[in-house]
Amino acid sequence: MPKRRRRWPYRYIAPLVLVGLLVSGCGQQYVLLHPVGPVGKSELHLLILASLAMGIVIALVLILLAITVIRFRDKPGNRAPYTPNWHGNKTLETIWWIVPVVLLTVIAIPMVNQTFALAKVPKAKDPVVIDVTSLTWKWLFQYPGHHVATVNYLEIPTGEPVLFELTADSPMNTFWIPQLGGMEYTMPNRVLPLWLEADKPGVYWGHSGNYSGIEFEKMFFDVKAVSPAAFNRWLNQTHQTAPPMTMQDYHALLKFNTVGYQTYGNYPTDTFPSVMSGYTLTGSGMYLIEHNQHGLKYVPMSNK
Amino acid sequence: MPSFVLYLIHTLFPHDVRRPTELGADFLIIMSGVIIVYYLTKQKKWRYLWDEWLTTVDHKKIGIMYLIAAIAMLFRGGVDALMLRTNLALPTTPVISASEYNEVFTTHGTIMIFFMAMPLIFALWNVAVPLMIGARDVAFPRLNAMSFWLFAFGALLLNISFVIGGSPNAGWTAYPPYTGVAFNPGPGENYFFLSLLIAGMGTTMTGINFLVTTLRMRAPGMTLMKMPMFVWTTLTTAALILFAFPPLTVALAMSLFDRLFGSSFFTLTHGGMPMMYVNLFWLFGHPEVYIVVLPAFGVFSEVVATYSRKALFGYSAMVLSVLAIMFLSYGTWVHHFFTMGAGPAVNAFFGLSTMLIAIPTGVKIFNWIFTMWGGRIQLTTAMLYQIAFIPTFVIGGATGILLATVPADYQLHNTYFLVAHFHNVLIGGVLFGLLSGTYYWWPKMFGHKLDERQGKWAFWLYFIGFWVTFGPQYLLGLEGMTRRMYTYPLGFGWHELNVISTVGAFIMGAGFVVMVYNVLYSLKYGERDLTGDPWDGRTLEWALPSPAPEYNFARIPVVTARDAWWDMKQKGQTLANSLSSHDISTLEMPKNTPVPFLLGLSFFVVGFGMTFEWWIIVAIGAIGVVASLLYSAFDYDEHKHINADVIRRTESALGRLQG
Repeated sequence: MPKRRRRWPYRYIAPLVLVGLLVSGCGQQYVLLHPVGPVGKSELHLLILASLAMGIVIALVLILLAITVIRFRDKPGNRAPYTPNWHGNKTLETIWWIVPVVLLTVIAIPMVNQTFALAKVPKAKDPVVIDVTSLTWKWLFQYPGHHVATVNYLEIPTGEPVLFELTADSPMNTFWIPQLGGMEYTMPNRVLPLWLEADKPGVYWGHSGNYSGIEFEKMFFDVKAVSPAAFNRWLNQTHQTAPPMTMQDYHALLKFNTVGYQTYGNYPTDTFPSVMSGYTLTGSGMYLIEHNQHGLKYVPMSNK
Repeated sequence: MPSFVLYLIHTLFPHDVRRPTELGADFLIIMSGVIIVYYLTKQKKWRYLWDEWLTTVDHKKIGIMYLIAAIAMLFRGGVDALMLRTNLALPTTPVISASEYNEVFTTHGTIMIFFMAMPLIFALWNVAVPLMIGARDVAFPRLNAMSFWLFAFGALLLNISFVIGGSPNAGWTAYPPYTGVAFNPGPGENYFFLSLLIAGMGTTMTGINFLVTTLRMRAPGMTLMKMPMFVWTTLTTAALILFAFPPLTVALAMSLFDRLFGSSFFTLTHGGMPMMYVNLFWLFGHPEVYIVVLPAFGVFSEVVATYSRKALFGYSAMVLSVLAIMFLSYGTWVHHFFTMGAGPAVNAFFGLSTMLIAIPTGVKIFNWIFTMWGGRIQLTTAMLYQIAFIPTFVIGGATGILLATVPADYQLHNTYFLVAHFHNVLIGGVLFGLLSGTYYWWPKMFGHKLDERQGKWAFWLYFIGFWVTFGPQYLLGLEGMTRRMYTYPLGFGWHELNVISTVGAFIMGAGFVVMVYNVLYSLKYGERDLTGDPWDGRTLEWALPSPAPEYNFARIPVVTARDAWWDMKQKGQTLANSLSSHDISTLEMPKNTPVPFLLGLSFFVVGFGMTFEWWIIVAIGAIGVVASLLYSAFDYDEHKHINADVIRRTESALGRLQG
């Protein structure tokens, strides 16, 4: 079969596409590349480190493959050596058992370090605790210290770690604020801890990362990071002025629908723990389980 | 009884299966059904269909039936994908509604994994493995047919959900408590659990069958370390299936109990533990990843050696790495849910084990490249898939390492970065591998080659389409877009990349069209394979004529070297040049039986009845199941004899008999 070949300007297109992607990669919409808190930053650093190490492997393989395919193509007049029975070489094979081991060790050591480091709220600071409950297509946030509750938005102080206690009275979702750091599941009958921190004031978006029904894609929420003084002002003001949440309000939230922002100056205390019967607390050992006459109660270890 | 009729219509055809897409599908199904029935009746082919295909126990024919089913399912799963991508390109004017989108992404994933990748693997196993090891059939031919029919009726059960009763909509992972009746009424999830349970039984039996076949049915002289690499991957995959499918079966059955009988294993209320389902599911799910990718590795090991005209490089290391992958793959499942609060020690362990499994995989990549080094590379379609596979799979593996880096995974979990990663390994690894194998073994199945020129067109459309689709999805992940959203607000910068991705999906769709055209064209015009060895192959299947006669080998060959057929050719031997008339004796072969088909049908009736909780129908189906099994157990007349004269005539007609 006669070969008809037409030359396309690949050599111009490829760099252009690459440059385009790199430029767009610096855009603010790449939220994972623009973290504003220590958790998001250390996760990004690991991502970059792992990408570099893996980039080496990819480059090696691509170059080797290209050379091989070009050099040993079956065409008349190819003078490259033909060794049909060459089926092994101890030295070479040892090299490519070792190369991945080395590169993966480079990633693995900081990975393990950071995994343990990020599981603990930094000790020096006493975290603001926010109880998060995912409901069917909405988020309920409760501030147990001040008995303030919000729906679909939350306020946090900047420069301080915030400890989220995650649970669900709905199918599973994940609680995710991309610019502050990674996500964690909200699951019924369990409470999971996740801490995040915002470096500077701003409004960041959050979303659920786990599908939970037909209006799941609307489960966005806003995170307003404000200075600690403004945060305390907001808490006190809300506690005094906003209407309290009744059990009726809570049951209305349990309906399968979406709602807008809501603010409550108080809430029935059992709306957070009572949604779980017989929950277990695992996580990073930051919690203790206390038995008293009301049943099980969990307390963060830092309160002890 | 008009109220009864109304009840039936209301149950079987509720509102959500009376939308335009479903009605269109109804129309197509009815039309194609009518055409098929008309054709079969006109051509008087019903008898032929029953005798030659529906009751067959011949591994070669079962393989072809798997192949046809897999291509049909690739079509269905692909159309699903195009519907999803179309919606995401048009965020302001969604083409399909949220509830349809959820059903479509669920069936897309389920079909592609369970009803496309798995049967395509079993197609290649059935077609190639017995021939490669010099056997006349698999170890348990009747069980093999049962596996196929259980798979086929399981697939049918899932597919009719689209037009009768409503599709499942909880994703292919079906995480509870969303699968519970409280959140998910209707028959959809029942369909999902039952169809996977039925097909899963077939898969488990296939695992047992091929484990025994590879261990016990090899030709004399073929020691374990002389087995072709594809057979090694079959052996390890079969072992993986044997231990990976039980947790899935348990998880599915418990979910089904929650739905049908009011138990609370994984429910929101009464102290259910949804995370236990997640553990069980991925305890199956991660080995499953290797169940689908190891056979692709096996195909590549055969293809690369054949088209480089060179022995596989580092055979022992390849065997070692396959075994290492087999063992390690049971120890990585938690990496699918690092963000479920298992704690840093558990997460670190599973992050490390995941990185560990990358090492043997990396070794295989280098061994394939060095198989080409010093060879003479023929760029056939099958080889193009191989060459495209290496960089694609390496990049997919590298992004897998990024996801295994636990803190980074907290950011990337459930985003489009993850979606791009697993499509990267599943398309770049599994689909490319299986298509490569299909092009490679096509002559052995049908006696003609697929047209190379069209094959290359299809390849380039798939390959370019793949990167145009999934490259942007990595970036979407970095932009924070999470998976399974049927639409999204503008203003996050997600729109442009989604449009590019959708264009890529349609390029891949064009690849599928070209591939199907290629199959139909080659049926008529494809180059006939008269020698049985069109690629100058290395393993025993190429020593046989294409397609191989019913009994495969007139005389079982004796194997003395690793690439047995290549070695024979080097020594100037063929299977034919030493075969004389008195070597041939009467052979005992397994006899056709209707039991596997009827067993599958009975299970289908059970599944359908249980989906709608119509217990009388369940009972009827169950009686069918028991009756089929009892009949089979007491049927001692399971062999037939192929007379030596018939074999002599066949062999001499093929020109393979001396004197």
